[in-house]
Amino acid sequence: MTIASVERASILSPVRARRRRSAIPGFGLTLGLSITALCIVVLIPLSAIAIRAAGMGVSAFAAAAFSARALHAYGLSFVASLIGASVNAVFGLLTAWALVRYRFPGRAILNALVDLPFALPTAVAGVALAGLYSSNGWIGGALAPLGIKTAYNQTGVVIALTFVGLPFVVRTVEPVLRDLAIDVEEASASLGADRLQTFARVILPALAPAWITGFTLAFARAVGEYGSVIFIAGNMPYKTEIAPLLITIELEQFDYGSASAIAAVMLAVAFAMLLAINLIQTWARRFS
Amino acid sequence: MARDLVRPAIAVGLDGVRKRFGRFAALDGVDLEIEPGELLALLGPSGSGKTTLLRILAGLDFPDSGQVRFDRRDVTFAHAAQRGVGFVFQQYALFRHMSVARNIAFGLDVKRRRDRPTAAERKVRVDALLNLVELQGLGGRYPSQLSGGQRQRVALARALAVEPQILLLDEPFGALDAAVRKSLRRELRRIHDATGLTTVFVTHDQEEALDLADRIAILNRGCIEQLGRPLDVLDRPASAFVAGFVGQANRIAGQVRQGRFHVAGADLAAPGVADGAALAFVRPDQFRPVADGEAGLEARLERVIPRGPALWLDCVAPDGQVLEAAVSRADAAKLPAAGSSIRLALTGGHVFPEN
Repeated sequence: MTIASVERASILSPVRARRRRSAIPGFGLTLGLSITALCIVVLIPLSAIAIRAAGMGVSAFAAAAFSARALHAYGLSFVASLIGASVNAVFGLLTAWALVRYRFPGRAILNALVDLPFALPTAVAGVALAGLYSSNGWIGGALAPLGIKTAYNQTGVVIALTFVGLPFVVRTVEPVLRDLAIDVEEASASLGADRLQTFARVILPALAPAWITGFTLAFARAVGEYGSVIFIAGNMPYKTEIAPLLITIELEQFDYGSASAIAAVMLAVAFAMLLAINLIQTWARRFS
Repeated sequence: MARDLVRPAIAVGLDGVRKRFGRFAALDGVDLEIEPGELLALLGPSGSGKTTLLRILAGLDFPDSGQVRFDRRDVTFAHAAQRGVGFVFQQYALFRHMSVARNIAFGLDVKRRRDRPTAAERKVRVDALLNLVELQGLGGRYPSQLSGGQRQRVALARALAVEPQILLLDEPFGALDAAVRKSLRRELRRIHDATGLTTVFVTHDQEEALDLADRIAILNRGCIEQLGRPLDVLDRPASAFVAGFVGQANRIAGQVRQGRFHVAGADLAAPGVADGAALAFVRPDQFRPVADGEAGLEARLERVIPRGPALWLDCVAPDGQVLEAAVSRADAAKLPAAGSSIRLALTGGHVFPEN
C-alpha cells in the first residue's frame, strides 16, 4: 500500500463512518418495509378516495360533501365519538387502576371482559346493546319511566361508540400504571400531600401520555365504527345518522362520487384531529 | 442561614418495635434512643431489617407492636404526611414531570392554604435550598437532565423544604459511583451540621457508616447487635457478628485455654472467654510480620498490594485460609519476597466463643 492510498483512506473513512455506522442496525430495512406496507394497506386505498373525489369538480364535491344531511352526520359522528372517548377515558382509567392496584376475586374475569369489545363482531354488540337499552330492554326499560331514552336516539349512538372504545384506555394506561414506582407516591406522601393531591399532581401527570394515547385510539375507533351503531341509532337522517352510514347509503345507491366526497371530508377531519392529539401527546411526553 | 431553614432538633425513640412480613420477622424487638441533632447510621447486611426500621420511623410502614416517639409524642401510627419527616429514597423518587424548583417546592405547594407560604416566600426558600445543596441556577432543569449525584441533591433539598423534624435517608449513595459517593458523603455531613437536624441513614457499607455517622446501630436479623460510636464499634465489638461485619477482620478459628486464644504457632489474650472452640477476629493492621523463631502464624505471602498509605499483604495459611494483613510502607524492605513464607504475629484481636 502506498503512502497516498493510506492518506486517502484516512481522509475518506470519517465520511464513511458517518454514513454507515450506527449502533442500531437495520434503519433502511425497517423504514423501507414499513413505508411499503403503509402504502399498500393505507396510503394507496385512501388516495383512491381523494382521486375519485377530486375528479368530481368543485361544485359537485361541495354539494355532496357539505349537504345539510352530510354536515349533520359529520357532527354526530365526531361529537358522539368525542363523548364516547371521554367516557372511556374516565372509566378506562378507573378500570386500569382497579386491575393494577388491587387483588380481588373475579379479577381475571374482569380482565378478560375488558377485551371483549375487541373480539365481538360489532353487529352482535349492536344487537345486544339495542336489546338492552331499548325501551323494552332491561336498562332502557328501567330508565324509560324517568323520561330517559337510551336507544334509537343520539344517546344510543354514544352508548355504542363507548362500548367499542372501552379496551383502548384500559390497555394503554395499565402497563404504565404498573411500572409507576411506588416510591414516588411515598415521596409525595412523606412531603405532606394527601391522597387526592398525590393522585392529581404525581400519578396523573405520569399517566398523561398513555392516557392521551388511549383516548386517541378510542376516539379513532369510534369515528370509524359502523356495525354496532346502526342497530341502536335508529338511523334517522338529520337526527341519528352517522357519517359512515351515510357513505354506505350513497354506495348502495351507486353514487360513488358522493360517497367518496363524504369519505374525503371524514378522512381530512379525522387526520387533523389525530394529528392534533399526537402533538398534545408529544408535549405531554416532553419530560421523559 | 441554613439553620433557620429548620426547627430545633428532636429526640427519637423506639421501644420494643416488632414487624413481621408473613413468617419473616423483619424487626424482632428493637429499642433505640436517637439523640437530638445526632447523625445515626443503621448498618447491616441486606435482610437485617434496617430499611424496615427506617420506614417505620418515616411512617411508611407501621410496627406490629412497640412504640415510636418523637420527643415525648407517640407517633407510632401517625401517617408519613402528618409526621413531618424528610425522606430521601435510594432511587431519588423525583417527580419527572416537574422542574427541579417545582420538585423542591412540592411539599410547600401541597400545604393547606392557611399554612402555605406565599409564592414569593416559596421562591426564596427554594433558592436557599438550591444554594444549600449547591445546585444554584439549576432550578429550571428537569430530573432527566441531571446526573445521579445532582438528582440525589434535589431529593435532599426537596426533603428539607418541608422543615422536617427528622431527616431519613435510605441508602442515599447506593446508586452512585465511587467518586460521587465520597463527595456526596461529605456534603451530607456538611448539610447535617448546617441544619442541625436529627438524621438517620441506612447503609450496608461499613466505610460509609464509619466515615459519616456520630453513632452506628448495627443490625442483624431484626435486632440491634450494637449501638456505639465508630471507634467503639471497631475497637469493642459487642458480638462475633459485629466483629466480623466491621473492620474487614480476618476470622481465625482456634481454641481458648485459661483466658488465652491459641492457634497454630500464635496466641492472643482472650479475657473472660470460656475454654473451648473460639473465633478470633483480627483486623489487617493487627498482624505484624516477625522473624522465624518468634511466635506467629505460618503463612505464604502471595501478593503485596499498595493501598493508600499501607501495603496490603495477601497471605495463605497452610490450611488454605486467606489472611489479609496491612503493614506500613516503611516496613516494605523487611518483607520477604512474594511466594516465600512469612510469620505473622497477632498484636490484637477480638475473641468470641464459637457456637
